[in-house]
Amino acid sequence: MTVVPINWYLILGAVLFTIGVIGVLVRRNVIVIFMSIELMLNAVNLVFVALSRQLHVMDGQVVVFFVMTVAAAEAAVGLAIIISTFRNRETVNADELNLLRW
Amino acid sequence: MSPVLFGILAALLIASALGVVLSASPIRSALSLVLTLFFIAVQFLFLDAQLVAALQVVVYAGAIMVLFLFVIMLLNLQEEPQAIARLGQRAAAVFLGSLFLLAAVHFLAKPGIGAGTGMAGAVPATFGSTELLAETLFTRFLFAFEITSVLLLVAVIGAVVLAKKTLT
Repeated sequence: MTVVPINWYLILGAVLFTIGVIGVLVRRNVIVIFMSIELMLNAVNLVFVALSRQLHVMDGQVVVFFVMTVAAAEAAVGLAIIISTFRNRETVNADELNLLRW
Repeated sequence: MSPVLFGILAALLIASALGVVLSASPIRSALSLVLTLFFIAVQFLFLDAQLVAALQVVVYAGAIMVLFLFVIMLLNLQEEPQAIARLGQRAAAVFLGSLFLLAAVHFLAKPGIGAGTGMAGAVPATFGSTELLAETLFTRFLFAFEITSVLLLVAVIGAVVLAKKTLT
């Protein structure tokens, strides 16, 4: 049976990461920007698991476990911030949240 | 995994990831992201990471995305007419993104990345099992594990304080 080389997984991870970066740069809705960040985290998770399989060590999978924990904490705090800004400014548009802009 | 299967999965994965970025309604973005997370879980299964695949579905596609959908519905977000930025900003973003992708592919396509036994070599039967992952987690990564519990506690308290009606 032919096997997929590690490079394909790394390139797939890079493609997903790039889609996430473009999402962060292009979208205006803060929640969609947040989801693009999750996409980037997942692209990195895929690379970690692929390299863990390649090198036959479990460390990559353990790191993915930690990344998921941090992502959960980040999602909870970030969505709470979005809710409280929405309560004050009635918007989730990143262009209208310009109080700190110079 | 055979190259054909990998190709099909990768195409589905990229299509659903593009759905996250391109769809105008936030609900549709969130559902595309759930689909993306599922396809990544399938990739994990083929990479001998059973526990991580299960966690991906339960924690990510289950808990985190429900939180997202809940907030989107709580704020009652509708489809926006101006969901995507101006043309100049869009062009710059796509240009910089493809520049990054080109550089990444240039380095990642080289053969011989990640030496070792490789993808073809057989792994031990316990590889990716809960037992082996827990053993690694609770020995070499014990300190990081403890720190993570503190992080989660801080995040819970922070989320409650931030989302409260009045800040005192």
